[in-house]
Amino acid sequence: MKLITAIVKPFKLDDVKSALETFGVTGMTVSEASGYGRQRGHTEIYRGAEYEVDLVPKVRVEVLVDDDDADDVVDVIVKSAQTGKIGDGKVWAVPVDAVVRVRTGERGSDAL
Amino acid sequence: MPTLDSGNTAWMLAATALVLLMTPGLAFFYGGMVRSKNVLAMLMQNFVCMGIVSVLWVIDLFSLAFGADKWHGLIGSPASFAGMSHGGELWGSGVPTTVVAAFQITFAIITPALITGAVADRLRFAPFIVFVTAWSILVYAPVAHWVWGGGWLASFDAVKDAATGAITKLGVEDFAGGTVVHINAGVAGLALTLVLGKRIGWPKERMRPHNVPFVLLGAGLLWFGWLGFNAGSELAADGTAGFALLNSVVATAAAMLGWLVVERIRDGHSTTLGAASGLVAGLVAITPACGFVTPVGAIWIGLIAGVVCALAVAVKFKFGFDDSLDVFAVHLVGGVLGALLIGFFGQDAVNSLGRDGVFYGGGFGQLGRQAVGVGSVLAFTFVVTFVIAKAIDLTMGLRVSRDVELEGLDINLHAESAYDYGTVATHAAGSHSPSLTGAAKVDA
Repeated sequence: MKLITAIVKPFKLDDVKSALETFGVTGMTVSEASGYGRQRGHTEIYRGAEYEVDLVPKVRVEVLVDDDDADDVVDVIVKSAQTGKIGDGKVWAVPVDAVVRVRTGERGSDAL
Repeated sequence: MPTLDSGNTAWMLAATALVLLMTPGLAFFYGGMVRSKNVLAMLMQNFVCMGIVSVLWVIDLFSLAFGADKWHGLIGSPASFAGMSHGGELWGSGVPTTVVAAFQITFAIITPALITGAVADRLRFAPFIVFVTAWSILVYAPVAHWVWGGGWLASFDAVKDAATGAITKLGVEDFAGGTVVHINAGVAGLALTLVLGKRIGWPKERMRPHNVPFVLLGAGLLWFGWLGFNAGSELAADGTAGFALLNSVVATAAAMLGWLVVERIRDGHSTTLGAASGLVAGLVAITPACGFVTPVGAIWIGLIAGVVCALAVAVKFKFGFDDSLDVFAVHLVGGVLGALLIGFFGQDAVNSLGRDGVFYGGGFGQLGRQAVGVGSVLAFTFVVTFVIAKAIDLTMGLRVSRDVELEGLDINLHAESAYDYGTVATHAAGSHSPSLTGAAKVDA
C-alpha cells in the first residue's frame, strides 16, 4: 500500500476530488495547509508598510491506495490539479506498512 | 429665564445616541487592526471607558469641565453641577442640563478610548482603568474647560473684555473637539507610547491587521456617529448645525480620496484600510472646523488631512516609537491640521461666533490664536499624561509581562478567546468545570 500526498491550489480541490472519484478512489483526507515553493509568497501593504507573506494557502489531499494503483492515482491528481502556472504544488507517494479500518478491525488492502 | 426649546432638545437627544455609538465603532476600528490574540482586550479597553467615564461624569467631572470658572479659566467649579440634579435649561441653549451633560459624556468617553490605539497589545487592564480615571480628571476635564467650559482658551467666548480691552479669553475656535478630543488623545497616546515602549518584535515582526472588514465596519459606524458629534456640538438645530453636518460629510469624503491617491502613487495600490484611515483622518480634521468653514473649505481641509495623514504614518518608523495603530498620524496630525486650517479657511458668514481666516481677509490673527491653543494643549497634555503614566507604571506596572504579550492578552487578561475556528481545539478543550469562583487566576 502507498500513501499519496498532494499539495494543490485550494481552488483545484474540487477538480482533484471528482477526478479521484471517477478513477474509483473511495475516500480521502483533506486539510488546509500553508507553505511555499519556488513561487514564494506575495506582498501585502498596510498603511504603507509592506509585509512579505511567504506562506501561501494550499490544500493537502491524502489518499491510501494499493501499490498497483499508486502511479495511476498520482497521474490523475497531477492532471486534474495542473494549471501550468508556478505554484501548482507537489504530489508524492510513500510506502505504508499497515492500515486498519477502525470500525471493523480489517487490515491491509481490505481496509482501503 | 429661557425656556426649553423642543426642536433643539430633540436634536440633542438624538445626537447623544449617535455619538455614543462612536465608541463601539472605534472599538471595532481598532479591534480589526490588532492581531487575533489581542482583539478582545482592545474591545474591552474601549467599552470600559464607557463604564468608567460615564459614572465619573455624573459624580463631578461635568462640573470640573463645564462648571463656573475658577482660577482664571483653569478649571470649572466642582460645586456647579455636582451629582447632576439640575433639570433646567443650560446656557440659553433651550436644552436641558441633563441632555447637555449626557451629550458631553460621550465626548469624554471617546477621548481616552482613542488613546488605546497608540498602545495596543501591551496594556494591563486594571492599571488602564486607573489611568483612564486619573486622566479624565487631570487632563480631559481641564482641557474641556479651557476650550468649551468658558476657560482661558474659550472657543465661543468674547476675546476681549469690552470695558478694558484686555484679552481675558483667547477665543480659540474648536467647534467639536480638535483640541479637546483629538490633539488631546493624540498627544496622550504619544506620551503613553513613550512610557510603555515598543511591542516585542516591533518593527521587524509583521503585525498584520487580523480583520480588515472590522476596521471598515468600525470606520462606517464612526462616520455615522460623528455627524452627531459635529452637528450636535452646535447645541441647536439651526443653520450652523447644517454647515457642520454637510462639512462632516464632504471633508471626510475628500480625505478618503486623498489618502487613497497617496497610496496609489506611493505603494502602487489603494487599500481598504487606507479608505477607512483616510475617512477617519478627514473626520478628525473637520471636527474643530466644521462650524466655521463653508463646504468648499471643508473639502480643502479634508483633502489636505487625507494626504498629510497618509504620509505621516511613516513618522513612527523614522523615529522608532511604536504608535501601534497610528493615533499620532491620524488624530494628532489630523487634529493639529484641522485646528490650524480654521485660521486659513474660517468665514464669519458661517458662524457669527467665528472669525474670517487668512484666505477671507481676516489676516493672521485667528491663525495665531489657533496655534497658541494647539501648543498649550500639546504641552499640557503631554507632560501630565507622561507623569500619570509613569506613576502608574512605577507603582502598579502598566505593561503586561513578556509571556502574556507573546501568548496574547485575551486569554490572559480576560480568560476568553475571540474566535473558535478549529474543530480540534474545540473538542479537545472538553473538560468543563462550572465554577462560580473563577477557575483561572489571571494576570490582570
